[in-house]
Amino acid sequence: MLKYLFAKNEDIPPGTAAVYFGMSSIIWFVIGTGLGSFNAAKLAFPDFVTGSELFSFGHMRQVHVMAVIFGWISMAFAMAMMYITPALGNTRLWSEKLGVWNCFLWNFGLSLALTLLWAGISSGREYSDFPWFIDLYILAFIGIPLGLNVWMTIIQRRTQGIYTTNWFFGGSVFMVWIVLFVGNLPEYFQLTGLTEAYLTWWFAHNVLGLWITPVAAAIAYYTVPKITGNPLYSHRIGHLHFWSVVVFYSTPAAHHLMSAPLPEWLKSFASVEGVLILVPAIAFVSNLLLTMTGKWHYFVDNVETKFTITGVLLAIPLNMQGGFQQTRAINWYIHGTGWIVAHAHLALLGFSTFLEGAAVYYGLQTILRRKLYSLALANFHFWFLLIGFAIYWISMTIAGLIQGAGKIYEVPYIDVVIAEHPYMIARWVGGTMVFTGNCVWLYNMWMTAREGTKIPEGRLPHELAYER
Amino acid sequence: MMITLYMPSLNIVEVASTEVGLRKGLSYGRIGGFSYEDPFLQGWGKPETVLLKKDPRTGQKIEPVYAYVYQAGVPFTSSIRHPRILGKGVEDLSLNKGRIGEANEDNGAVFIVSEGRFNGKTVTYIENATATKSWAPDAVLKTGGDANTSYVGAGKIMFVREGCWWCHTLLPEETQDWQVFGVPPRLGDYNSESPTAFGSDRKAPDLLHVGSRNSSREWMVMHFFNPRLVQPHSIMPRYDYLWGDVDAKGNKIDYDKWRQEYDEYSHGTRIYAPEVPEPASDSEARYLLDFILSLK
Repeated sequence: MLKYLFAKNEDIPPGTAAVYFGMSSIIWFVIGTGLGSFNAAKLAFPDFVTGSELFSFGHMRQVHVMAVIFGWISMAFAMAMMYITPALGNTRLWSEKLGVWNCFLWNFGLSLALTLLWAGISSGREYSDFPWFIDLYILAFIGIPLGLNVWMTIIQRRTQGIYTTNWFFGGSVFMVWIVLFVGNLPEYFQLTGLTEAYLTWWFAHNVLGLWITPVAAAIAYYTVPKITGNPLYSHRIGHLHFWSVVVFYSTPAAHHLMSAPLPEWLKSFASVEGVLILVPAIAFVSNLLLTMTGKWHYFVDNVETKFTITGVLLAIPLNMQGGFQQTRAINWYIHGTGWIVAHAHLALLGFSTFLEGAAVYYGLQTILRRKLYSLALANFHFWFLLIGFAIYWISMTIAGLIQGAGKIYEVPYIDVVIAEHPYMIARWVGGTMVFTGNCVWLYNMWMTAREGTKIPEGRLPHELAYER
Repeated sequence: MMITLYMPSLNIVEVASTEVGLRKGLSYGRIGGFSYEDPFLQGWGKPETVLLKKDPRTGQKIEPVYAYVYQAGVPFTSSIRHPRILGKGVEDLSLNKGRIGEANEDNGAVFIVSEGRFNGKTVTYIENATATKSWAPDAVLKTGGDANTSYVGAGKIMFVREGCWWCHTLLPEETQDWQVFGVPPRLGDYNSESPTAFGSDRKAPDLLHVGSRNSSREWMVMHFFNPRLVQPHSIMPRYDYLWGDVDAKGNKIDYDKWRQEYDEYSHGTRIYAPEVPEPASDSEARYLLDFILSLK
């Protein structure tokens, strides 16, 4: 990487930034899920690794969350943007050098930020745990260079229209600037009380709704038509998806605080808007599934499609939960329980991770011009992710329902803890499976870069047969 | 942005601080996470809460009162810096009767919470006792003594840094939570507190009113050192490292020996659990204890 940081832009091969981002994202995924597995072990067996501040649950939990959001998910997004945006514009990335610097500063900043967080240097606000100077670093050296590269590439495109994926990319990189800036206002200006509480959840909601969800969806809009060869079923539904995300997903932040003392009108408004999130969700899922018409064999044959469509299918339970669990009728029961933890993992480890996985699998093969090293290992990765996630999701959903029942029937809390214990062990087993799968993935991609079959000029990775 | 940011802000600035809100703000200090005065979250630059039973100036007996002591250089809580946060009525009384505008961070100040009348209603407000009663910060600390001093502000920092709020919420919900965990907070209970650390992922009892449910310091000491001493099924981590190197008498704490004896106890080869050392008066464990016991 170092040699490209100071090379001339023209001398850097196209796709370099995407390769760095892709490999970095996988490494962060291994780290992030390893931390997750470790944390889960601590919840199941509280005396596992004890006596040290640095390995206590309270210091490690947020490091896991931030490593997967800013390391894995967001870097996989950056990877996808670095190669999909130019490909859809029939052009080169605006500045490969900026992309390489972006990746370097991202890895550096995130390592620093997570180290500080690990040491306990936190703002004390969930999902915006980083202290304000790290927030500004993220905005200045991660968000703005990425957005600039995407926007300039779209502006310099050599196609007439802008395809749906690039709409989402361009929109999200801009919206995430606003989210990062406004969401952290309580830290910049020491805002207090309900303003602080509300903006904490305004940030948490919108970083998911205006960054993670739309960018993950945008990846599916690219990979499904690209691999199957079918044109997108409807661009108009794609536009409906985009604009309904902007309108409906940006407004329900208060539904995270349904049982907190916020203005009642705000909670009701947020709740209604929260149900309306089903509009973009249904638009997205139906559009993609209809695009698969006649090509469903790819769901079995092709590993990238397998990842993509699994992600799309997981969007169905995700949004059914998301739309209704925040209404007053249901929220009182499951608020603050493991149900929500399961839902958060359904969003980030289910829906979004499978889509990003597809982008990284497909992108690295395309740019490196190497066919995947081992299909068997990729399938191993897929099934370990899916089964590990399913164990996690089911066990945490059950644990959440137990907690909810304990809450409303006023069971002594310790009895809830005892009842949850088997599910905490199951959660650890599921999380460890995900971690194991990712270690295999890292090996597989490393070997792909070194020893994968060379893809001849003019061919695409999915057109070639697997050799192993 | 209009509906989700501007309109709620109109409602939220209208909220007048309750007595709970005033006391929380005053006892926590300026900000509870990363800050200039406390970049490593060690509990630096925070006020002390002192239970006064004597007037520190005259030495006469008074009704017990909580005094919030900001020693010279300790940054004031946000509502003293920006009284507008206090809301209608509370702001007027605090400025006019409480004279909080005269407080100066460089010299330090002592605040108390007083009651007054505004528009025919009883309202609590902040009184700058350094201006109204000539109570100096040092004199208040001396009169109160260590036994009556609580490091609530520093303890809140420990609560944030150690991630207590990842499992213990500070938000009894507006549902059936009430009878076990106490009343849900009201709108004005948070003016001037940051971060609010409501928590979202409850794996342990809510702590907003824990000091009312269980005010036993001895129980808390054992529970922090090793929760399984008092609750065998607890999944809470041990916070023994907050004790530091020495106990209250200045003796070195031998953690290895303690853990070995505890293991023998939990395996049934020892009848009694080892004694939990009393935390030193300037230990992080003490700060956290003071904070938790202040949650009434």
